[in-house]
Order: sequence, then structure tokens, then C-alpha cells
Amino acid sequence: MRARALAAALVLALAAGCATTNGDPRDPLEGFNRSMYAFNEAFDDAIGKPVATAYQSVLPDPVRTWVRNFFANIADLFIGLNNLLQAKFEDGLTDWARFTFNTTIGIVGINDVASEIGLEKHNEDFGQTFGRWGAPDGAYLVWPFFGPSTVRDTAGGLLDLYFDPVRRHDPVDARNFSIVLRATGQRADLLDASRILEEAALDKYVFQRDAYLQRRRGLIYDGNPPRESSSRRRDAPRAESAPEAPAVPPEAPQPRAEAPIIETAAAPDSPARVRVVFEPRMPANYPAVLAAERARP
Amino acid sequence: MSDRLAAIVAAIAMAALFAPGAALGAEEITPPDILVKNVTLEVVEIIGRDKDIQTGDRRKVVALIETKVVPHFNFTAMTAGAVGTNWGKANAEQKARLTDEFRTLMVRTYASSIAAYRNQKFDFRPLRARPTDTDVTVHVRVLQSGAEPVKIDYDMEKTARGWKVWDVRVADISLTANYRTEFANIVRESGIDGLIRTLEAKNRSGERPATTAAAEKKK
Repeated sequence: MRARALAAALVLALAAGCATTNGDPRDPLEGFNRSMYAFNEAFDDAIGKPVATAYQSVLPDPVRTWVRNFFANIADLFIGLNNLLQAKFEDGLTDWARFTFNTTIGIVGINDVASEIGLEKHNEDFGQTFGRWGAPDGAYLVWPFFGPSTVRDTAGGLLDLYFDPVRRHDPVDARNFSIVLRATGQRADLLDASRILEEAALDKYVFQRDAYLQRRRGLIYDGNPPRESSSRRRDAPRAESAPEAPAVPPEAPQPRAEAPIIETAAAPDSPARVRVVFEPRMPANYPAVLAAERARP
Repeated sequence: MSDRLAAIVAAIAMAALFAPGAALGAEEITPPDILVKNVTLEVVEIIGRDKDIQTGDRRKVVALIETKVVPHFNFTAMTAGAVGTNWGKANAEQKARLTDEFRTLMVRTYASSIAAYRNQKFDFRPLRARPTDTDVTVHVRVLQSGAEPVKIDYDMEKTARGWKVWDVRVADISLTANYRTEFANIVRESGIDGLIRTLEAKNRSGERPATTAAAEKKK
């Protein structure tokens, strides 16, 4: 029953998805993604934001910090594993030391004592590990409920989900409660950010997509992404010579030293290179997506 | 506080004394990392003691940003960065209007992020640059419990009037880069003037109270 209502909502969202596609090479499924984005927005307006706002106003600040810390502590286990998989051994051991301190002295993780003694928290997941290993982003994707992703991050996200200790917790009631509590807390922590997004963006879909892609790139390089030569444009634009080239994506990733890829030879700003870098992968649901595209007027 | 005040007064006095006829090169320019630290701490300190700002007095927040923060930004460079390849297609008047609207948008966005400030601590990273560098990045981190620190990077350029910010990256998201695709899409559809109109409409739409802004959805 609930599943059917959900399916109906998804179909509606698909039908309502506006047809604006700008031919961005990073986002070949923009029509589909915009539909999913509209669905997520509607869901967030109806349930996500109200619940998160209520959560924020009902629970006092320290309690919300405990909830955040509790789930952040559990997450440190697999953050550590991913750091080890990326050969960042010191970081990985730090994460596990954090887990040990916070679980014991921090009382099942509700106090982040590790940060106070200088063991800093990291942000890692399987998508980042794949990126570190050289996997490109692939096409940008927006999933219902889960939001922005890419082909690579979807593959990583499935692994994250599979190993998620909270999801594997045994009594089903406790598990479901934990999952809802974690999601609510995470949404509440993002209330300010979504308000700023509302303020800043002209086209929220594009703004969120570009922010997501930039953010992921930064995370993969652990905050030291190579500075883009094109990141600065002054009065004398160099790309004037190619007027109808698609908007140069801000994100053209520079080939990394440890994993040289073919595009190195191309000129930094040429559209050809962009096309090579953002060669779309075919997602598993591509036939369904094409069918949805055709169904639209 | 009074130390800094004294230093500023001294600096102004020095400037007044030596400005006429003095060699420009001799004038002392605040190093970029010190500048970022001073401005950040000053703004935070003002928020901390101003009850009106804490209860969400938008006009006061904007006034605070205009006087304390805006003078250290090069908005023409930021706008050029956001407009990207289309910047060259704009004439001087369009450039001025674009810069003006983008500046308003930035100030408003900044005001929203000040409203989101919850007494987080700052970690000002040491500047890694040669004394002769004229283009540097100042790293600041915002520390919080249960989450990794949020990086704020200021790309700054040395000018005759001191160090000016030309891009801000929050959690590796460059503000100018993030607007580039959006702006390019609008310019492709309705030209530079279309972009100016869109920005004007956006800036006007935000002048109503935040509560109604949240209730009203475009789609």
C-alpha cells in the first residue's frame, strides 16, 4: 500500500519534472535528475523539514549533540577502514583510536572526547575510496530520498549501506528507530545549510549539483584538490575563441600524479578534454530512464 | 581589543602623517592571514555582544558585513570568476551592474551564514607563502563536535589598497565556480542582460521576511 503510494508519487514527480536540460556533460540524465530532485524537495517540504524542525525545537542542544556524536562514533569504524583502503594508515588508526576513546571514556560515543584531545574526525566513505583509486565521477545522479550522487558514489554508497552497522543492528524495532533518529538528526543539522542554499541559489538544482561535485572532489583529495588553472577569470577571457562551447564545467578534474590518465595531453580548457573526462557511464536503470524521457511531452 | 584599536589608531595616524609625499611602497599592508583573523574575530565578537543581531535583525547584520567585511573583497574579480567566459561579452556598464547585483547576493548569503553561527571555534592555519607572493590562500577551519572541521579558504590577492579576497571556498566548494554553470545557462538563454535581470529579481525577492521566503516555492 505504502509502496504503491510512493510509486505514484514518483511517477507524478517524473511527469512534473521540467524539461530544461542544458546539455552539461557531467549531467546527461538531467531530466531524470530534476524529477527526482523535485520529488525529494516535495518530500522534504512535507516531512523532512517539519520533522527536523520539531526535533530541533523539542530536544535541547546537548541532547542533539549526543545523538550526533553517537552515530558519528559508529561511523568512525568504516571511516577508519576506508582510510586504510586508501593507504592513509595514520588517519585510519586515528579513526579507530577515536572509536576506542569515544566508546569508552566518551560513554558509548555520545561525547566526542577524542576531538578534544586532538584526534580529529575524518570524512571518508567507499565512494571516496573508489575516487582515490582513480575511478571517475561518472554521470551525476539524484536518487529519491538519498539525494545527489554520481555513478561512482552510488556504487560506494551501496557498500556503505551494506556495511552500515546501524542497519545491521539486530532487534528490528531498535534498528528502525535508530535509522529514523539518525536521519532526523542529520536533516536537522542541515537546516541552516538549506536555508543558505535557498538564499544563494538562482537554480537550486544546478547549485546543489555543482556544490556536490565540488565537495566530493575536495573530499577525495582530502581538502587539497589541485588548484584549477581555470579557477580564475579576469577581464581578459582566454576561452573567447570557443563561444558556443558548453559552459566549461568548473570541475574539470586535473589528472592526478599517482594515476595518470589519458586526458593529460589535451589543452586544459578545450571542450574536447571536458568531453573525455565526463564520458557518461550507463547506470543500471538506464532503459527505464530512457523510457521515462520518451514518455514526456 | 583595545590593543587592536590602538594599533588601528596608530596606523591611521601614520597614514595621515606619511601619506602626502611618502613613498607608497613604504606603507605597511596587513598580511593576509592576520587580516582574515582580525576581521573574523572582530565580526564574531560583535555578534557575541549585539543582542539585536542574535535575535535576527537582518538590517544590522547587513550593516555589519558592509562595514567590516565588504571592504576586503574584490567583487569585480569575484563576479568575473562567476560569470566566467561570458565576462568578456559584457560591456563596461553591464559589468558594473553585474558586479553590483552579485555583491548584493553575496552580502545576503553571508548574512544568512552569520545567522547560522553557533559559537563554533576557529582554527586559523599558519600561512604558507613567501613574503613576495601576491596571490595566496588563507586557510581557516571551523571546529565542531561530532563532525570533521569545516574548511574555509580565502583566495586573496595583494593590491595597492591591501589584500583583497577574490574567491571563498567553503568545504572545498568555490563560490565563484559554483555560480559559473548557473550563470552560463542563463546567459545562453537570455544574454548578459537576462542574467542582470535574474539577479535583480533574486535580490529583490529576498527583501521580504525570511519566513515568507521559505513558504514560497518556485516550483
